[in-house]
Amino acid sequence: MDVKDKRFLLGIFDDDHDIMAAVGHLRESQVEVFDCYTPFPIHGMDDAMGIKRSRLPIVTFFAGLAGVSLALGVQYWISAVDWPVNVGGKSFNSFPAFIPVAFELTVLFGALFTVLAFILRSKLCPITKPAIAHKRQTDDKFVLAIEAKDAALNEEMIRGILSKHHASEIHFSEGSTW
Amino acid sequence: MAGHDAVSPLRQPLVTKDRKYGEVTQDILGQIEGKPNKIWFVALAISSAVLLMGFLAVAYQIKTGIGTWGLNKTIGWAFDITNFVFWVGIGHAGTLISAILLLFRQKWRTSVNRAAEAMTIFAVMCAGVFPLIHMGRPWLAHWVFPYPNTRQLWVNFRSPLLWDVFAISTYFTVSAVFWYIGMIPDFASLRDRAEEGSIKKMIYSALSLSWTGSNRAWHRYEILCLILAGLAAPLVVSVHTIVSMDFATSVIPGWHTTIFPPYFVAGAVFSGFAMVLTLLIITRKVMNFEHYITMGHIEAMCKVIILTGMMVGLAYMTEFFTAWYSGNPYEKYVFMNRATGPYAWAYWTMVSCNVISPHFLWFKKIRTNLVAVFILSIVVNIGMWFERFVIIVTSLHRDYLPSSWAMYTPTKIEIMTLLGSFGLFFTMFLLFVRFLPTINVAEVKTVIKFARKK
Repeated sequence: MDVKDKRFLLGIFDDDHDIMAAVGHLRESQVEVFDCYTPFPIHGMDDAMGIKRSRLPIVTFFAGLAGVSLALGVQYWISAVDWPVNVGGKSFNSFPAFIPVAFELTVLFGALFTVLAFILRSKLCPITKPAIAHKRQTDDKFVLAIEAKDAALNEEMIRGILSKHHASEIHFSEGSTW
Repeated sequence: MAGHDAVSPLRQPLVTKDRKYGEVTQDILGQIEGKPNKIWFVALAISSAVLLMGFLAVAYQIKTGIGTWGLNKTIGWAFDITNFVFWVGIGHAGTLISAILLLFRQKWRTSVNRAAEAMTIFAVMCAGVFPLIHMGRPWLAHWVFPYPNTRQLWVNFRSPLLWDVFAISTYFTVSAVFWYIGMIPDFASLRDRAEEGSIKKMIYSALSLSWTGSNRAWHRYEILCLILAGLAAPLVVSVHTIVSMDFATSVIPGWHTTIFPPYFVAGAVFSGFAMVLTLLIITRKVMNFEHYITMGHIEAMCKVIILTGMMVGLAYMTEFFTAWYSGNPYEKYVFMNRATGPYAWAYWTMVSCNVISPHFLWFKKIRTNLVAVFILSIVVNIGMWFERFVIIVTSLHRDYLPSSWAMYTPTKIEIMTLLGSFGLFFTMFLLFVRFLPTINVAEVKTVIKFARKK
């Protein structure tokens, strides 16, 4: 789904409420909304766009599980198998003393792998040129994008809905802007 | 970030001036796009000079050895560990604001969280310096990590000092990642505002990771922030808990006590909020952020200081009670000695700064007087530094054998090292306010309509 190869009908809004209302209206009218580009997360937009709940927490769970298993396994192997050392008469497998390190590694693995999954899934990369539809979409403009092939089905109605919700500009994306 | 347009007669707006989205961007990001003013240069010159002095002191003690410190056979831990515990504690307020207040849906955190998180990271950096030089041979610092080596030795996983290694490095890593993730959308704004083809644009492009503000990404982003907050909240509690175990798992009277973990965590939040206030009272003035970091923020943080200050006071009393109730003569002696012995001056400095001074903040007149709050925040930090000093030095200086009793005085080198750590902290913070977005622009935009009619 590389956005740079596609053509879009863009609606530019000045207010978060307007774009959310437009998204709701479009989806009621069976129009597929490709994505919205906004300067901040809009509360309720997930539902309006019908975005499925992210599965990132699953990554966190398994990464945390890996962290805790690795930490407990390594500590046991080092302290009780590879080179058992008598420290103050404690048992070689002194499990309670292994808890702090196990906890820290659970958190570390959970955090780092979740961030990694987020970056990969959102296709974030320091060297790609971002697909910017409007210069101020990270400032104060709200962009609604509909794929040109979906928009072609009923362009008049879509333009009507966008302007009804106070879109300040409605136009097709030029190849160079994306 | 629910209900950003909720209107209620009981709620005060979080941003006190009526601002449009574009104006918010300009107010905050415009600050770091222009040229820095003279005050900033003067402040940077002073703090980096102090940092340089600290650097020279550290270089000297590493070259000469830690015999340059005032330690002796009885008092083997003093200034260095005091500074370490002090700085780690400072960091805790940042994580509390960024993680715990996010989970509690405290919206007022939005305009202070970025600066508080930055403070956390710089404080942990300052903290990390001290165990490093305390090793005496810092070039062997990697020995603290368990890796297969030609010495065929492993680390001792039963030692709290090793737990510290894992706790502090995890804390630093997770805080830094959380901080960076929070800045991605603001880097994108800076990128889109920068001139085409400029170096600024290149740097902000790379830092923004080609963020576009796609709502599919925003959805994941918000979940990610909640997860990181959920991980950072128990993490921050674990960090000072483990630091307190450096003491609590020993058999020194005055250290060997189960109250230490909660007592240390409360103290850390207490000192951390004081430091946040010290920094933000100046930042909001110098950067014209008075409408974003409002009197409401200052008051809210003052209230946290009252609460945690009382928790710390309760812990002091509980320690005394337990020492008496235990019937243990060594334990009783240590506490009586703290209050009446040769370091009584340090003990009573601690009590007046930490137990008495926060109660001035009950008065709204004082809470809303910036000069008073600024002075009190510094007083609290002095008190919390002395708390660590009292715990460490007074417990050690009267050994079980009276023939080993000794006194401790810091040397010039140790004092220069402490000052140097403040130099490092303020230098980093000054660079932060110039080059990175000091306030979370994207998040503030979600609350500007809060409690305000359209």
